[in-house]
Amino acid sequence: MLTLTNIVAGYGGFRALFNISLNVTAGEAVAVIGPNGAGKTTLMRVISGLIPAESGAIDMEGVSVLDTAPYGIINMGIAHVPENRRLFGRMSVEDNLRMGCFTPQFRDRFEERKTFVYELFPRMKERRNQMAGTLSGGEQQMCAIGRALMSDPRILLMDEPSAGLAPVIVQQVFSLIERIRADGLTVLIVEQNVKQVLRVVNRAYVLESGRLKMEGSAAELLESPAIQKSFMGM
Amino acid sequence: MFGEFTEALFSIFFIETLINGLLLGGVLALLSLGLNLIFGVIDVVWICYAEIIMLGMYTIFFLHVEGGLPLIVAAAGGIGVTALLGWMTHRFVIAYLLDAAPINQLLATGGLLFFFQGAAMVAFGIEFRNLGISLGSLAITEDIYLSWTRLSSFTIAAGVVVVLYLFLKRSYLGAAIRAISQDREIMVLMGVNTKRLYLLTSMIGGGLAGLAAILLALQYDIHPFIGLSFGPITFVICVMGGLGNLVGGFLAAFIFSELITIGGYFADLEWGYVMAFVFFITAMFIRPEGLFQKKS
Amino acid sequence: MNNSFSIIAIGAALLVFPLLGFGGYPLHLVIVILIWSFAYTAWSIMGRFGLVSLGHGAFMAIGGYVTALLWNELGLSPWFGIPTALLCAALVAIIVGYPCFRFRIIGHYFALVTLALSEVVRQVTMATRDITGGSLGYTPERHGDGWSVWAIQFPDDRVVFYYIALAVWAGGIVIWRLVDQSMERYALEAISEDEDASAAVGVKVTREKLKITVLSAVMTAFSGAIYCQYQLFISPDTIGGVGISLQIVFAVVVGGIYSALGPTVGAIITLLLAEVLRIWVGTAEVCISEKICLNVAGIPLLVYGIMLIVFIIFLPKGIVGTIADKWAKRAATMKREQTFRAEGS
Repeated sequence: MLTLTNIVAGYGGFRALFNISLNVTAGEAVAVIGPNGAGKTTLMRVISGLIPAESGAIDMEGVSVLDTAPYGIINMGIAHVPENRRLFGRMSVEDNLRMGCFTPQFRDRFEERKTFVYELFPRMKERRNQMAGTLSGGEQQMCAIGRALMSDPRILLMDEPSAGLAPVIVQQVFSLIERIRADGLTVLIVEQNVKQVLRVVNRAYVLESGRLKMEGSAAELLESPAIQKSFMGM
Repeated sequence: MFGEFTEALFSIFFIETLINGLLLGGVLALLSLGLNLIFGVIDVVWICYAEIIMLGMYTIFFLHVEGGLPLIVAAAGGIGVTALLGWMTHRFVIAYLLDAAPINQLLATGGLLFFFQGAAMVAFGIEFRNLGISLGSLAITEDIYLSWTRLSSFTIAAGVVVVLYLFLKRSYLGAAIRAISQDREIMVLMGVNTKRLYLLTSMIGGGLAGLAAILLALQYDIHPFIGLSFGPITFVICVMGGLGNLVGGFLAAFIFSELITIGGYFADLEWGYVMAFVFFITAMFIRPEGLFQKKS
Repeated sequence: MNNSFSIIAIGAALLVFPLLGFGGYPLHLVIVILIWSFAYTAWSIMGRFGLVSLGHGAFMAIGGYVTALLWNELGLSPWFGIPTALLCAALVAIIVGYPCFRFRIIGHYFALVTLALSEVVRQVTMATRDITGGSLGYTPERHGDGWSVWAIQFPDDRVVFYYIALAVWAGGIVIWRLVDQSMERYALEAISEDEDASAAVGVKVTREKLKITVLSAVMTAFSGAIYCQYQLFISPDTIGGVGISLQIVFAVVVGGIYSALGPTVGAIITLLLAEVLRIWVGTAEVCISEKICLNVAGIPLLVYGIMLIVFIIFLPKGIVGTIADKWAKRAATMKREQTFRAEGS
């Protein structure tokens, strides 16, 4: 479904990604794990159009993402849950959801998708008129995920969903991700919490200093001594 | 002397003054709406906002008085012209300075101020024009007269505020406008074309200036430099209410208008302005981010 | 070496200029340019440190009006009147500046507060129209028919005023230089970069900002007083108000805010341009058709506005600043080339 070929990207004069090639097939859940500063967030931002790529190609179901205007990428079915949630703090939960299906393509389905998201996250329904900035960390993450789901995406990009959350909440978030996965939604997650994320994905790539160092199924990586030493402190 | 003062305070004319202050407040609130909207969304202050209003007033004048078109049509024309000017201001000036220092943005719109004044002078000359419409007064009681012009200005302003409020709260574009002022960067992820949204906001800001132009044209003479008489007040109201804070600006407008009219009641009109400005400068020291801005 | 020679040459030229017989009008132009250059330099002394004021028209107006009022109403010679006016300007600067700096009002907000100040002064002038003449302007009374050193009036003789204006202007440049080479300059630059960090290392932020503001205000007021004594007529819109405040800022932007002569260059360009346009375009009414008549007197203003927008967008460092940048780049490139050659051989 989504294919990256030899992506090179960075900020100003600083290169963060070197020849990244990866792919996600429909129905799969893929993770990109790696230490801080590896370039994981940069990767997400290149895919969703927040920063341009210097070279390479990104293909979504046959259509080139890099040739699409950044604000048109959501119309291709790529929805991005940004790092640190990035909710519109002074708007209500429901207004945030509304922004999730802003483009004319999705507006007609607002009610239908809203019901879907509220069923998935009953707590969001309770707090639908509350200002998003007053939600707890975990609730904000739910809201951000819900917002991305409003456009009924073909693939969901999640950038460090566990960032800044207490361990108990992190558990809840990943349980939620499992539930979303149960419907067969294709997911690409970038994450620092290796143990949790490998629980919910099929495959994973390891990114270090802007380069892909390893690739394998979730089970393989969980067993791998290298992974256990680097990321799980064993 | 103190006796005179208390007498004046409780006279019927003082009450009339207070009411007039409210009515003036409506117009000032409208003036500040456009400026606050643009600042809240795009983060720039258009120093030339009053001049855009001035050009709107001229448009209405020429369409109605010289062109003989009905006032409603002339008003629509005025709004159209100012909306276009708003669009152009962003497209040809602000868009190139979005990442420049805020002071440069301010100064560039200052350049526009001179440009608009010069253009008005060239096109329309320096004689004072007047719409020549007098709507008479409404007698509330035997002694209190309120001008119809002021009353309708207030009503229209109030109406516009309500419409704008509903637009921002209930429509998709309104939601996007609210959102972009909170997090510009991720609007792209929502599928929003930020450039176009800025242009739209600038158009709306311009259109609001057109509405203000109608109300002002009904009450005041038109001249290339009249922008200088209500421009500074508009900025001051916006800053006092908290730049970008629509509700704050609205409330600040009424405080200001009451100060101006009360000051004008006890002394010359200019002293009213002086009082208002001094109040502003003092208010700035008590609450630099604006009287109504919530401390974040 | 080159520099000193050119300075002496230019200085000599400036000194003999009025004696070369150019006549009244060019002399008048140069005097006006000199006085405004001084005002612009005064503004840039605080503007260069990020303290952008849109209200310096207020100080100019205070300088002019207080001097003239004291002369007309109390017979106080400008020799005493001007210092009084400067004191007033300093007081206003402190009254408005102290709370501003104490409460960290900067950027947009500071600019708009100064704008409001400019308006207050203008409104006060209008409100006291019985004394000040309001928008009709104010004229200092003539003392006798010709020269008067006591009244600092030299009507009909531009030469004397030329030297006065020249001295004032030169004084402004000297003050600019002194500030540039002072310890305060570094403190102020640090403050404009990061106020908190500066305060943390012991810089007395409020005091430094206040000092430079008072200096700038006093100099600007002085320019207003000199202008009044020269023109022997002032009005709220020719010596104060938003228009004048903006004009000051713009001239410095055009010329360059970080150099001593930048404001002067800006003055020469903007004032000459305005004058040229005014003469060339005239004040006629040009009628295109029966009903459409254009008042060409507005063209200078129009061009002025466009010019300023263009400068802000393309040459934000002003003419002097951009040229200085280019020279610096060229010097750096040449130096690099020299190093390469040296290493290569």
